[in-house]
Parts: sequence; C-alpha cells; structure tokens
Amino acid sequence: MEWNRKDLLSLYDLSGAEIEFILDTAEEFKKVSQRRVKKVPALRGKTVVNFFVEPSTRTRVSFELAEQRLSADIINMQAQTSSLLKGETLLDTVRNIEALQVDLVVMRHSTPGAQAFIAKHLKCGVVNAGDGAHSHPTQALLDLFTIREKKGRIAGLKVTIIGDILHSRVARSNIWGLLKLGAEVTVAGPSTLVPREFESIGVKVCHDLKTAVADADVVNLLRIQHERQTIGFFPSTGEYARFFGINSDTVKLMRPDALIMHPGPINRGVELTGEVADGPNSVILEQVTNGLAVRMAVLFLVAGCVKK
Amino acid sequence: MKELLFRNARVIDVARNIDAVGDIGVADGVIAEPSHLRDPEVIDLSGKVLSPGFIDLHVHLRQPGNTDAETIATGTLAAAAGGFTAIVAMPNTKPAADNPGAIELLRRTAADQGAVRVFPCGCMTKGGEGKEMAGIGSLKSAGVVALSDDGRCIQDHALMRHVVEYARSFRLPILDHCEESTLAAGGVMHEGKWSVLLGFNGMAGTAEELIVARDIMLAREIGWKIHIQHISTRESIELVRIARRRGILVSAEATPHHLTLTDECIKKFDTNFKMNPPLRSESDRQALIAAVADGTVTAIATDHAPHTETAKQVEFDHAPFGIIGLETAFPLCFTELVAGGVIALPQLIAKFTTGPAEILGLHDCDLAPGRRADLTVVDPAAEYVIDRNEFRSKARNTPFDGRRVKGRVEMTVVGGRIVYRR
Repeated sequence: MEWNRKDLLSLYDLSGAEIEFILDTAEEFKKVSQRRVKKVPALRGKTVVNFFVEPSTRTRVSFELAEQRLSADIINMQAQTSSLLKGETLLDTVRNIEALQVDLVVMRHSTPGAQAFIAKHLKCGVVNAGDGAHSHPTQALLDLFTIREKKGRIAGLKVTIIGDILHSRVARSNIWGLLKLGAEVTVAGPSTLVPREFESIGVKVCHDLKTAVADADVVNLLRIQHERQTIGFFPSTGEYARFFGINSDTVKLMRPDALIMHPGPINRGVELTGEVADGPNSVILEQVTNGLAVRMAVLFLVAGCVKK
Repeated sequence: MKELLFRNARVIDVARNIDAVGDIGVADGVIAEPSHLRDPEVIDLSGKVLSPGFIDLHVHLRQPGNTDAETIATGTLAAAAGGFTAIVAMPNTKPAADNPGAIELLRRTAADQGAVRVFPCGCMTKGGEGKEMAGIGSLKSAGVVALSDDGRCIQDHALMRHVVEYARSFRLPILDHCEESTLAAGGVMHEGKWSVLLGFNGMAGTAEELIVARDIMLAREIGWKIHIQHISTRESIELVRIARRRGILVSAEATPHHLTLTDECIKKFDTNFKMNPPLRSESDRQALIAAVADGTVTAIATDHAPHTETAKQVEFDHAPFGIIGLETAFPLCFTELVAGGVIALPQLIAKFTTGPAEILGLHDCDLAPGRRADLTVVDPAAEYVIDRNEFRSKARNTPFDGRRVKGRVEMTVVGGRIVYRR
C-alpha cells in the first residue's frame, strides 16, 4: 500500500488499511529506539514546527523526540509566545510559519476542527496533536499499536473505554480506530459523561462498571478532569472513584489477560488505584514507549507526501 | 414615474384568493387598471409569476456598528435581488436601536439610500441587555413596527411579562429569540449526535423549547402577540401548534437554512454552517417542513446575518453566529418545498407575503388597484447554481455557494419603481 495524505487530522478520515499501514510502519520505527544509535536520517533537511495553542507536556515531548530521532529540524511554538495574543488570526499565524518554508506543522488546539481548517489553507503537512474534544489520532494509534502488539490482533476484541467520554478526544479517536479495525467497543461511566448518542455509530453504552469490564479484552481508562468543564457533571471525584474507579477487586472481575490502559496523566485513586496502575495487567508505560514509534511513523509517512 | 404594464403573468394574490394569468398595471407608484394606463412600458411575463412584494421579518443590516459586513444600502440591494420589497431591521446594531434617535437615523438613511422599504424594529430592553425596559412608547412614536431583543433573550421572566403587557398597550408585536441561557451556554452547535461525535459544546433543543413554552404562557395570560423567531426544534413546533389551536396569539417563522440543512453539515468544520439557533437534526428539519405545510409556521424569514470573511475565517468555536440569506431564500424554499412537492406555489408565496404582513398587523398585502405597487416577479422554471460572487450583499458568508436551485427572482418593484431586474 502507498501512503498519500499530507495531513493526519482524524482517524475518522482513514480506512482500516491505512491505519494498519501506520501500525506496520511504526513496528519498524520501534526497532530504531532499541538500537545503540537511536536515530535515522529519514527527515534530514525537513523542518517541523510544533505549534501548541493548548498546553501539553507529554504529547509535545513525544513528538519532539520522534522528530529528533528522525533527524528533522525543529521549532517549538506555544500560544503564550505566539502572535495570537497580539490579535493575529490563527490562519495568519500559520501562513507566516509556512512562509518560512517549513514542511510539517504539528499542532494542538482547543477547538475541534482547528487543524482541518488550517490544513485546507496550507501546502505543508499538518499533524493533529489534539483538537479540543474532537480528535487525538496519534494517541489512538499508539493505543491500537499496543493492543495489537499484546493481543496479536484487534478484530473481534472487546474494548471498554471508561471515564469522561463526553469531553475526551482520546475516546473519540479510539472509537473510530477500533471500529474500523473490527473491535467491539463499549463506553462506560456516569450517564452525564457518557452520551447515548454513541450508540448511533455501533458503540455500546453502559453505566455499570461490573458489566462494562466483565468480558473485556482491553479496559482503557480516561483521566477524570478536575477542571472547569466537568463541574456539575458528577458530584465529586470521591463518588466517581467509588462507582467507576478500578481497584484490585474490580480487576478480579476482569479476564485475567485483560489489558489495562490509560493515556495519562493518571490520577492514582480516582480512575484507578496505584496498585492497579502498577499491576501485571497494566501496559500504561508501554503505551508511552509505543507513542514514540507511532509518531515517528506518522511524521515519516506524512512528510513523504508534502510536495516541494 | 414611468407607467408599467405587466402582461401575461401568473398573478398570485393570496389575500384576494387570486391565482390566474392576467395583466397588472402600475401608475404613479400604485397598482392601476391596465385600461387606465396612457403610455406604459410593457413587460411580458409569460411563464413568470407576479405577486405582492416579499416581506422579510428578520434582517440584520449592521449599520451602525459593523458596516464592514453590511450597510443599509447594500443590505437593501440584497433584499431587492432576493425579491423582498420590505424588510424588518433587527435592532441589535452597535449601538442598539433602543431609542427614538436610532430609529429616526435608520428611517432617514433607509429613505435616502435604501433600495427597499425598511421597517424599523426597536429593542424590548435598554441596549438589548435584558435588564431594563426600553422606551417602548417613544419607539412606537418614532415608527417601529415591532419589538425584539434578537440575538439575545430576556432571561428574567418577570421583566419579559412586563414588556409583553406594556407592548400590548402600544399594539407592538414581540419578535422573540427563544434561548434559555444556561442550557445553551458555551454551545456552538446543536446538542445531539453530531456535537457528540465532533466534540463540540452543544446547545440543547430544550433551551429553545423552555422559552417557547414561557412565551406561549405569557401570550395566553396577557392576550398579546408573541412571534417566535427562527423556530427550529420539533418540540417547539409542537408547542406552537397546540397553542395556535387554542387560539393563543403566537406565531412562528422558519428560516430557509433550517428547512434545508442539518447539524451533520458541521462535520467539515465550515463556519458558514454556524448560526444561532443552530442547524438541528434531520428529525427537527422534517418537523419544520411539516409545520410550514400545515400552517403552524406562517412566515419564512431569513435571519440575514452578514459577517466579514475575516470574522468567519477562524476556528469554529471562535466564529460569530450567522449567515446571509436574502438572496437565496426564495430559490431554496421553492426547491425544497414546491419543487419537492410539499406545498403549492401560492402557499409558499403566502409565507413570503400575507404571512409576515399579518404578524406585523399589516392588511394591505394584495394587488388591489390603488395599493402601493410593491411587486415581486419570479420564474418558477429557472434553474441555476448559486454563486456567492454575484451577491449584492457586502457579505459572502453563505453555506449555499455552489448549490443548484430551482425558482429564480426576476424582478422587484418598490413603490412602482423597478429596483431589481435580472
């Protein structure tokens, strides 16, 4: 198969074959990080701008390291230091970036569709590093990569995502990726955070933790935000933990070989107890390792399609 | 002024129950018997439809305050090109039209520069801020035809009740934008399947329905006219249907975009699909079409809301609400409703003429000799592709660019003068 997209905006846009192709490519790049010299010249001479209009630590670090290992030249921009505060529009800002002959823009933004909007106006490639609650494709790809690596397949697996589905770009991206690769997806949590509308695309909606985890092959836990957006959706993180948090008793109800995943940063004692996070079912740190390989693959494929 | 003789037109005069091929004369700005004309310009309208001029209850002219987006001159030219001979100018200009001076300025500017008649609408509250009642009596004296805080909605029910009661003594209908602010807070699109899939904050249909219910209760209690602007949900429509059956003085308008588009359009993140009320679900759209057909909705109104390209070319969350509609309203509705087999052409013409006239309390919307010659000519057989670069409006923020439509406005006559001719 041949890759022919200059942008990676959302897994909704991709076919199952395209997703598998990224995962296959990532397997090759994973080997790079296991070598003594962890660097390849794949993006030598290319310039990548990491443009983060919303704060991020782990995703930005992961992208930056992926770019370094591909030998790209890197510029980091954050909203606080950009012209957006001076009244320039987003479009003008990215056009200015493009005028410096960059090849790729990796962007995070708080608004759904912000990357799709700028990608329409730019010749350089655009990689979505998270757009509001809409999409976070590289996170979903690294989750898919981890599942495939551990389970040998994705089709037919039962995957349960638990937490604040309503506000989660990780959930939305995982759902599309998993559905396209043939998994059965359940979303679970309190009904204020798990809208029934997901049923319309073939996802099961569940508000009981025991049922949700009982025969799952994978349980993916989402961070419960303490921030503004979840005020009023549930009474307290204490009550959340009591009804929807995973502890060692819940793990006993699960299949012994079930994977426990989390995109981080984890709240020990809320979504899951420390015991579970550090326990034998947890693959949370492997997800981080795989994120690097997946982002190298995405940058490599997308950069190959940017016309110069 | 040149006399005009329109020959062989299909004349649709809903108020007088006329739908027949015939001739209509115009002399000295009024409708005249063809036999009384001396030396008219003869215009053959074979195959075309002639009706009283269209009235749009809901237009934002943006002057004063945002004349980069639209002016009274360009907005009324757009109205003329859309077949409208009269438009109601919403008062949420900057500053807001909440005082007689602002109304006087609008009237003078429109008389001087306007291509069509402009009916001023005044604010219900000072600044349209929903806190203190505006000088409603003085606004009436200055010439407003209705009251509205459009764009916002009075949340204080006691204040709204007083406004409706007070407006009744001055015989001014209320045009209400129905939106409960806590349920719509932070929303940028309809709350439903697509807001959930796209990760946008939604505006619940319930936010509209709660205020529609309130307004119906107030209209019943006070016995005065409340008109629901841009009604958009299935449940709001059902509430209005029941209320009208009970004889409560409530009416409703539908926009062309709510009749033709749904929230699914937003999946491409084009800000020209962002407006308030938002595009709703397909079920809501079908209910709206049914409401037009059964008479629950008696007027089509555009909510023409011009914005500059710069204002709209931003992230979806940051873009202002609103699209322009004057120049696309008739063809969109004709295509969807008449060519689509929902209603007959005279019924559609009623939604553009007698329907809105009645909401404003006007009783002269017909082609009787002696009436002011405000006329609209359409070609029901014409098919074309909407091209935003042909608009008279200063703004280009339409989601309909490139859409194939049927039914074209051919000519618009205001006070006996041809103000638009294709």
